[in-house]
Amino acid sequence: MMASDEPTAEISCTVNGQPVRAHVPVRQSLVDFVRHGLGLTGSHVGCEHGVCGACHAVVDGRVVRGCLMLAVQVDGRTVTTIETDQPTAQMRALQDAFFERAALQCGFCTPGMILQASELLTRTAAPTRAEIRDALSGNYCRCTGYHAIVDAVETAAARLRDKAAA
Amino acid sequence: MPRASTRRLVAGRGRYVDDIPAKGEVYAAFLRSPHAHAAFEVVNISAAAAIPGVVRVLTAENIDPVCPPWKCVLRNAPDLQSPEQRPLARRQAVFQGEPIALVVAQSRAIAEDALELIEVEWSERPAAISLEAAAMPDAVPAHENLKSNICWRFEHRSGDPDKAFADAEHVVLRRLVFARKTGVPLEPRGILASYDPSTNGLIVHVSHQMPHQFQLHLAELLGMSPLDVRVICSDIGGAFGIKMHIYPEEVAVCAASRILGRPVKFIADRVESLSSDVHAREHIVEARMAVNTSGMITAIDVDDIQGLGAYSVYPRSSTAEAMSALRAVGGPYRFDNYHALLRSVLQNKVMTGQYRSVGHPVAAAITEALVEDAAAVRGEDSIVFRQRNFLPTEAMPWVSPMGARMIDLSHHACLERMLTLVDYPRLRQEIDTWRQEGRIVGLGLASFVEFTATGAEAYGRAHVPVSSLDGVMLTMEPTGEVRAQCSASEIGQGIQQGLAQIIADAVGVRADKVRVALGDTAASPHGGGAWSSRGAAITGEVAWTAGRKLRNELLNVAAAMLQTTATSLDLRDGRILAADTGAERIAIGDVARTVIFHPYDLPAGTNAQMSVSHTWGRDADPFLPTNGVQASLVEIDPISGLVRPLRHWVVEDCGRIINPLLVDEQIRGGVVQGIGEALYEICRYTEDGQYGSGTLADYLLPMAADMPDIVVAHVETPYSGSQLGAKGAGEAGTCGAPAAVLNAVNDALRPFGGRIDAMPISPVDVLRALGKLPAKAGA
Amino acid sequence: MKPPRFDYLRPQTLAEALELLDRHGGDAAILAGGQSLMPMLNLRVAQPAVLIDINAVPELDRIGRSGDRLSLGGRARHNDVFRSAEVAQAAPLLTVALEHVAHEAIRNRGTLGGSLALADPAAELPACMVCLDAEIVAASVKGERRIPAGAFFQGLYTTTLEPNEILARVDVPAAGTDWRFGFDEVARRRGDFAMAGVAVAVREESKAVAECRISLLGVEMSPRRMEAVEMCLLDAPLGTAANIVAAQSALRDTLEPIEGSEIPPEYRIQIARELLARVIRAMAAPVSGKRTH
Repeated sequence: MMASDEPTAEISCTVNGQPVRAHVPVRQSLVDFVRHGLGLTGSHVGCEHGVCGACHAVVDGRVVRGCLMLAVQVDGRTVTTIETDQPTAQMRALQDAFFERAALQCGFCTPGMILQASELLTRTAAPTRAEIRDALSGNYCRCTGYHAIVDAVETAAARLRDKAAA
Repeated sequence: MPRASTRRLVAGRGRYVDDIPAKGEVYAAFLRSPHAHAAFEVVNISAAAAIPGVVRVLTAENIDPVCPPWKCVLRNAPDLQSPEQRPLARRQAVFQGEPIALVVAQSRAIAEDALELIEVEWSERPAAISLEAAAMPDAVPAHENLKSNICWRFEHRSGDPDKAFADAEHVVLRRLVFARKTGVPLEPRGILASYDPSTNGLIVHVSHQMPHQFQLHLAELLGMSPLDVRVICSDIGGAFGIKMHIYPEEVAVCAASRILGRPVKFIADRVESLSSDVHAREHIVEARMAVNTSGMITAIDVDDIQGLGAYSVYPRSSTAEAMSALRAVGGPYRFDNYHALLRSVLQNKVMTGQYRSVGHPVAAAITEALVEDAAAVRGEDSIVFRQRNFLPTEAMPWVSPMGARMIDLSHHACLERMLTLVDYPRLRQEIDTWRQEGRIVGLGLASFVEFTATGAEAYGRAHVPVSSLDGVMLTMEPTGEVRAQCSASEIGQGIQQGLAQIIADAVGVRADKVRVALGDTAASPHGGGAWSSRGAAITGEVAWTAGRKLRNELLNVAAAMLQTTATSLDLRDGRILAADTGAERIAIGDVARTVIFHPYDLPAGTNAQMSVSHTWGRDADPFLPTNGVQASLVEIDPISGLVRPLRHWVVEDCGRIINPLLVDEQIRGGVVQGIGEALYEICRYTEDGQYGSGTLADYLLPMAADMPDIVVAHVETPYSGSQLGAKGAGEAGTCGAPAAVLNAVNDALRPFGGRIDAMPISPVDVLRALGKLPAKAGA
Repeated sequence: MKPPRFDYLRPQTLAEALELLDRHGGDAAILAGGQSLMPMLNLRVAQPAVLIDINAVPELDRIGRSGDRLSLGGRARHNDVFRSAEVAQAAPLLTVALEHVAHEAIRNRGTLGGSLALADPAAELPACMVCLDAEIVAASVKGERRIPAGAFFQGLYTTTLEPNEILARVDVPAAGTDWRFGFDEVARRRGDFAMAGVAVAVREESKAVAECRISLLGVEMSPRRMEAVEMCLLDAPLGTAANIVAAQSALRDTLEPIEGSEIPPEYRIQIARELLARVIRAMAAPVSGKRTH
């Protein structure tokens, strides 16, 4: 719903493998669009000024702050959110490890955290704890204190390496 | 055992308030006072109302007729004076960020457009900001016509502290400053209020810790029956005490929905959260400790000035933070003489209120700083001093000078465990080696007592309707699965999983056969929600009893079906077994199916109950004391004075542990909030009351790269007054961490002769303490 | 926290972008990475009438070396510069400094041009460009204009970029093997803006410093060459104790630290002096890439 005088634009993009056409207010952020336009509420709005990382989505293969990109900017692009039914091996391994290790409490940061960790594991197969902490330092978690998250990423990395070696 | 419900959360399938839509919903945004203290008139709303997409602009004129003001009143503290507060301020704004008007529009963006067009005439007044200034007798009043900003003064004396100080061999004293901080749950506060005029019914989805309490207050304020107000708290994105209060915005949104007859949603943005969520701490404490010739603590004296903000927060009162601190001062130690003075001060800032480990971190920091000083003047290791002064096990139960009943505590055992855990002599040697290499390193310890699982007396005697009681209803499904409806709340701490495990054990089924529903006033009896680390100790106890009732019922029916006695049967893993041989007789699903679908097969008059319920609240022990020790190893960068925590250890005794995995992560998460309190987090105001910590670029939270690994170990001393023996665990990490870090930093600074007495610890102050920067002018 | 209304334009060529910018000038804001602009829009601190999104303009993100010059497009993303082998070879100072810039997701999107045009005094890249003696190429409908980095930064959030200009690229002299670089900073937390930072470049001839460039971040309102400090290091081996003391002293005399922040000026001066010594010593005796915090 929008006011009649609100500047809007038509966009078409691919979201989680599905083609999407939409009519969006040009000032709408990517995260507001996927959440309220598409019902993909796994990306969360935590700060809207690019600090907390809860809003992460993947655009053309790169993790971005969903609050610092406009919906209109994904016109012609490919967007992946945590809800994708074709998660990468990294995402799946991370989701399992986060679950088993209790690397989340309220879960609000978790989707953004998993997408960011997934990017790390795609780039670095065997990150150190310090490298994991570094890569996730743009994702705030207020519940866990991070230790379990670092454990979970280590576990996921080890499993992916084992799988690759098998 | 992991939490079953987190499968949803790792998949991004959580349901937080903003994820829940309502047909026809509209969005609220608040116009807030730009001034700390001002008189105002809203002079023109027509331009705002004329923007396409704006549904309504509301001010106090519109809201007041449907919602009266409220006021924090504690019957057992009749002197407490806190002014009336309204959903939207009327003519007077008393803190920057106080809501004064509300726009409801088709989108939040449009509502914000409209805010810019509301015309307000402001007339600024002098503001009471700094705690020390506001506490002075001739201070600028925080509200017009206020005679004094002292909201409440409390004094307690037990034994003869004056004599003890006069007789003391050593008296050590500290003045510690604790900055304002706030909780910053990652999901901001939010509410979706849907009023249905045809039934006079209100359904509220809200990010809140205690749905029943919220329901009661909302009904009272809106003049409705609680039966017509249904409050649903689905997934909560963190709370930490921030989401247990009655906020003007939430009430205003419900009033707006009532006025408009349609769903209204308000999701606080981060700036609003940081500037309108309750803040916490803000104390200036002067404390003294008297020690006799044998090195025993004989007395403690505490003078606490506490900042409240513009109102004592409704309904539980901001003073709870300081009272909690005063109760916990000296917690682990036996001492007989105590004097405490509290002045709680109104200021033109946002309210302070209960936040994780309410007051205890202040108490622990004071106590453990004094302990370090006392050991130092005696020239002994503070560990020896602690061991000598700990309340010994054989002395328990013992009533503390503030009247707390100390039971089931394990100070010596926890400290012993800690010394082994950190390999104390070796670690001290390592620290010496590092120091010889020029590194600035320190180790700090903090013993603590935390009062958890608050019972009825704390708020009951104040006539504040806070339930310390919980209810659990269990229903046996025809499949042999158990459905539970509980009045506790899940806020990420994992109580849903804990209750499932307790119920499973009590009934005799696997935990995955128990489904626990929480957070809906229409689905569970009245109860306490989530606060005071109460879930396992109170709701867990109720769940255990309810589970045993259901088990007995199942055994009785099975006995009737099998023509035997219940005592000859056992129930394990969902199966009724012969108690003597362990041979399987019948599955409980078959028992349930018979009761539900084929009751004619049962002996006449069986009348088996497939639903049972139990409610309970502890009537003994107003609080359950828990204890523990934390240790922090820090390194200071000699160039910048920045403190880096290298390692952190916790030994904690929360009694019986239901789920070790979840308890450990509660501790770790709490520790990092405590490290944040010690090193980063501060809500800054300028001298004229402009808030300076409104973004996450200004309000610094601990991040992954700067935090240490945290080792957690336990001593288990069950609470002797319950069947399960569980006590609270959720706040212990936050309780002791700031004290441990402060002591570690001061241990590192000791060779340089400097000391830090304020948190968060500023790198500038550290450089000053290192002698690398001149001392602050006037200091 | 939603942005105010604006019109959105997405030119497909640089010429089109410059044409639009010329038409809208001061009413327009250029949207590149958006990592600074979008927060300012969300907070309604910035209220441009028009956003000109240059993300579709080809070539603006090019990173390439031709001869002794490394060219970095204005829209080059931080992580692309950070992970570029060419940059690591020709301008290793940038690789080291970018490790301190914000966090992964911000670096995935944030751009070189955005950082330089914003001219935050605590940002890493402006100081590095001054230290590298880079040239900033501004494009407008009238053509290109080359501005030495030392003259580009004018003060707090102020540059010589005109409202009708786009920061099209930066030309950095490719470092020869005789150049060495050092960078370090102090930030409250990892990835935060610096409370002070130092960038140093030296060229040595016969084991003596023949050329030296030093700039600071987070200390003054905008980065500039610290010539008085540089002088102290010339014509001697790098890292002699006497030269370091002299450089520290010169630094204190020349600095005009930021006032009016909660960080006292004397603190910035103190850590800048210590960092300068730490960086020079590390360059003189490189041991490891140990980072400070």
